[in-house]
Amino acid sequence: MQACRLSVQDLACRRGDRLLFARLSFALAPGEALQLAGANGIGKSSLIRIIAGLLPAYAGTVSSEGAMGLVDERPALDPHQPLGKALALWQQIDGPADNLAARLGLAELMDVPVRYLSTGQKKRAALARLIGQSAPIWLLDEPLNGLDVKGVALVESLAADHCRAGGICVIASHQPMALPALRQVAMQDYLA
Amino acid sequence: MIRVLLSLLRRDLGLLLAGGRRGGALLPVLFFLSVAMLFPFAVGPDAPVLARTGGGVIWVAALLAAILPLDRLVEPDLELGLFDQWALRGISEEWIMAVRIIAHWLSFGPPLMLAALPAAALVGIDGDKLRIVELGMLAGTPGLAALGVMVAAITAGLRGGAALGGLLVIPLAIPLLVFGAGSLATGGETGLALTAAASLVLLAMAPFAAGAAIRAGRG
Repeated sequence: MQACRLSVQDLACRRGDRLLFARLSFALAPGEALQLAGANGIGKSSLIRIIAGLLPAYAGTVSSEGAMGLVDERPALDPHQPLGKALALWQQIDGPADNLAARLGLAELMDVPVRYLSTGQKKRAALARLIGQSAPIWLLDEPLNGLDVKGVALVESLAADHCRAGGICVIASHQPMALPALRQVAMQDYLA
Repeated sequence: MIRVLLSLLRRDLGLLLAGGRRGGALLPVLFFLSVAMLFPFAVGPDAPVLARTGGGVIWVAALLAAILPLDRLVEPDLELGLFDQWALRGISEEWIMAVRIIAHWLSFGPPLMLAALPAAALVGIDGDKLRIVELGMLAGTPGLAALGVMVAAITAGLRGGAALGGLLVIPLAIPLLVFGAGSLATGGETGLALTAAASLVLLAMAPFAAGAAIRAGRG
């Protein structure tokens, strides 16, 4: 795993004319995982998108080293393509790394068009895309949505493996996650 | 990078070409032919009138056919989150848009040039004039493709974006139409050269304008 590092300094986020959070800071070293916890609408997804560079921060800075991978509510897979082909597009872009499709329970689904997959199966497919990207920094926005009990345990073990290999996980979720050495940022402490 | 762009081009072509999931090349061609077929009915069977105005009609029909797939060029990928994933991988929006312009042109430019042959026969254009129509479309359709992708990117995510897209393309396509169809009246080269020049300007600008529009839409 390539070297990675992620820190945010005095971050503030504004959506419309509302300041969602302010003065938020944290730093993560390789192998560390962080859960962003808080009620709906508190700014977890916005924070993830700011870290990913997809949304401008209202104030503060994000500095990072190493590629980032993102899983959010959109799987980013062509709905009309069979799952195998939709994932193959990302493998062509990201290189031929193993995407652990078998471990994710996707091996049987490769011929099924993505639009016929269930919510949980799409989430698993998005995780396969993420793993194939082999980015050291994982940004997971509500990764447990739509997953069954086994799926939740799977995400926890994948994230734990990723951290053990020297990666960083930032997880936005209102559900508790069982991860060794998981730090928490309670977003309500940073309300503006 | 080249490898990545080629796989993106393959995907875009798979979606946009015949049998693809975003309409395919067939519908614009059929639309184009039916407009050309209706025209003699509307104007009447007067052969000299048809031959004099037919070239212009072919151009207008080509413009309308290029507008048809506008709402499927950018918006679905934006909704799927594909642009965010590409951005995370450092693939710039400009490259993606340049690739999409190529794919969009391949899906309607050459098919329309082929369809212009029967369309020209319907309105009684042949010989030298047909050559100018075909050359004009070769020079002009890449510009139409660039314009289409640019406007599709600007209107992606807006409510009623599809109707707005068509409305925006038409005035911006005026230079292409004036010089392209005008080359028929003046009999050639200057008009063709100006059509190609307008096309080149659009091709050079469109990826940047479209890329900037995608980024601005993120905020």
